Amino acid sequence: MDRRTAKKKTVTAITAWALILPSFLFLCVFTLYPVFRTLVGSLFSENLTTGAQSIFVGLKNYAGLFQDGVFRQAFWNNLIVAAVTIPIDIALAAAMAVFANTAKHGKWVVRLAFFYPVILPMIAAANIWLFIYTPQYGLIGMLNDQWNLLGTPSTVLPAVIVMLIWKQAGYLMVFYLSGLQNIPAEVYEAARIDGAGPFCIFRRITWPLLKPITLFALIIALTDAYKIVDYLYLMTDGGPNNSSNMLLYYVYQTGFDFWDTGKASAITAVLVVLLLLVSAVSFFRQDKKIFYS
Amino acid sequence: MKLKKILAVFLALSMAAAPLTACSSAQSAGGSQAAGGASASNVNLNFYYPVSVGGPLTKIIDQLCADFNKEHPAIKVNPVYTGSYADTRTKVQTGLKSGTGPDVAIMFSTDLFSLLDLNAIVDIDTVAKNDRKEDTKKLIDDFYPGFLLNTQAKGKTWAVPFQRSTIVLYYNKDAFKEAGLNPDKGPSSWDEMMDYAKKLTKPGRAGIEIPSTDYAYWMLQTFTLQQNGKNLMNTDGDEVYFDSPEAVKGLTFWKSLADSGVMPKGTIQWATAPTDFTEGKTAMMYHTTGNLTNVKNKAKFDFGVSMLPKKDTFGSPTGGGNFYIFRDKPEANQQAAWEFVKWMTTPERIAQWSIDTGYVAPRKSAYETDVMKKYAKDFPYATVARDQLEYAAAELSTHENGKVTKAVEDNIQNALTGSKTVEQALGDAQTEAEGYLKPYRK
Repeated sequence: MDRRTAKKKTVTAITAWALILPSFLFLCVFTLYPVFRTLVGSLFSENLTTGAQSIFVGLKNYAGLFQDGVFRQAFWNNLIVAAVTIPIDIALAAAMAVFANTAKHGKWVVRLAFFYPVILPMIAAANIWLFIYTPQYGLIGMLNDQWNLLGTPSTVLPAVIVMLIWKQAGYLMVFYLSGLQNIPAEVYEAARIDGAGPFCIFRRITWPLLKPITLFALIIALTDAYKIVDYLYLMTDGGPNNSSNMLLYYVYQTGFDFWDTGKASAITAVLVVLLLLVSAVSFFRQDKKIFYS
Repeated sequence: MKLKKILAVFLALSMAAAPLTACSSAQSAGGSQAAGGASASNVNLNFYYPVSVGGPLTKIIDQLCADFNKEHPAIKVNPVYTGSYADTRTKVQTGLKSGTGPDVAIMFSTDLFSLLDLNAIVDIDTVAKNDRKEDTKKLIDDFYPGFLLNTQAKGKTWAVPFQRSTIVLYYNKDAFKEAGLNPDKGPSSWDEMMDYAKKLTKPGRAGIEIPSTDYAYWMLQTFTLQQNGKNLMNTDGDEVYFDSPEAVKGLTFWKSLADSGVMPKGTIQWATAPTDFTEGKTAMMYHTTGNLTNVKNKAKFDFGVSMLPKKDTFGSPTGGGNFYIFRDKPEANQQAAWEFVKWMTTPERIAQWSIDTGYVAPRKSAYETDVMKKYAKDFPYATVARDQLEYAAAELSTHENGKVTKAVEDNIQNALTGSKTVEQALGDAQTEAEGYLKPYRK
């Protein structure tokens, strides 16, 4: 390797770093530093019993979480929500995208119809669904005025899940749409000449070529599933009796309703580690199998 | 490769946003503290206030502060609207940590013990040390005792009542007539309420709704207080009586309303109950007086307001917000804040605030003002809550208030949804709360 190539390499490296610097700074200020502070804070006890002091307690906050029934329940609820919403979201999004892409007439209208839940502000969406679920005179209440979906422990979580899917699927559809448009028409043409049917084309061409999109959608949907706080705040307060409580909302309750900063930090730390782990695994494992154009 | 890069950047950004959404909003308030005023004697006050009932209330508060500033050239009050009560608590908490918190704030009366445990507030005698002692005593004595209960601890007064409420029974007069009941008065006893509710129930309309989210403990308090004034906690805020016979009897009665089909099953949302009432979907409801103006504006039928029906006695807990003055600010700021609080709670202003919102004016003399007399004449229900004050008691407020309240709240919901029996639910609530309160008993 002569001098010139070495120099060129350095320049490239510097340029690369300079290019990511702005977003890296953002990441530091708004993510890495808060994460670091949270990790440190989770080792201290800081709540009403300690006054305004923080006292070093090591891993005691984490040990406390294992005995906390509400934490366990929030953890499970979150897991259920993620496990149910993500596959349905992705399947729906892909189906809607294919449909919107192949629709003969009114493509624009179809896309808008699928996408409009995403445009709605969260508060509006939550209020619409609050009304739909209202016993007696809400939309569901009209069917049977004994149904009180948000007020019954066994039905509150499914009710929330339905709303989340409605809100999320259209968002993921947009990524699939852009993915579909990136697939070159020649591939399809060749397939058709070879006599492949529409189902075969989807299974052998469309779906594999959409894999990067699917991975991306998977991670987006996953982080979103753990970001739920506003809907709970507006619709259920995590109730009845924590049946719809989830991790981030419990962080909010612990930190700001209970003034227990130490424990809230510990839950946040668990959440961050969990999300990083799952995203990293799915990213690096899937990455190798995926063909990026 | 291009696609991969775009995806990676997108991913990084969305991951970045994930853990932050909960905390970022808390930082925004704060504002300038002593932002270098024109003269050295200038004091800048940050005043945090929540709005939790309908109507253009921020405008009224802004106007009041502007008027105050005009009358007091040396003080500049900077009103900061801080969302709901919960949001306000969040912002105050963040402010306390960073030292950029408010000088004075309206917060829940039940936040008292939390603020005391953090050593965050000053007592009235300290801030009023330049006033004559008799004047301060006279001022405090003018407030209804039912409202002062939640401001006092350790033998001192720590807050000044401002927007306070009690629970009242709203009833639909048209429905009463239809069911052959006397529309001029609500039910006066538990048995009568059950009887009325049965007569009022028909397909598409419940007899009564008692909300069981957000403030379920508050509703449970009404039932225990109506049994000879038994409350759910002691005045030092370190003991609770969730499993007392009175609480069991109260919750059993509450649940029996749902079991006998006159109240919707499952939990009833605090926020939607007033809509249910104004839409005619329930003939009666328990709700805060703070909603009076809202119901008055929305109901298209004739409605009545009465004291809560009694068991052995009448009774209702109080609720709402008080003024707190914060300790971590210079003494000049605390004194100025005290001037502001006194100015805001003068009888005329507090009477007008009551009319604009439906909250109960917490001072006796407010009801002697012309504006209030005129309003009460046109709208007699404005005084029902005040009349009930004779039987009012403190709202549930203890050390670790958030945790203790949630313990009883969750278990009330357990009992009402049938997940646990009443005795079991209240027993569990008691055990959990005991655990939280033990460190505070000395």
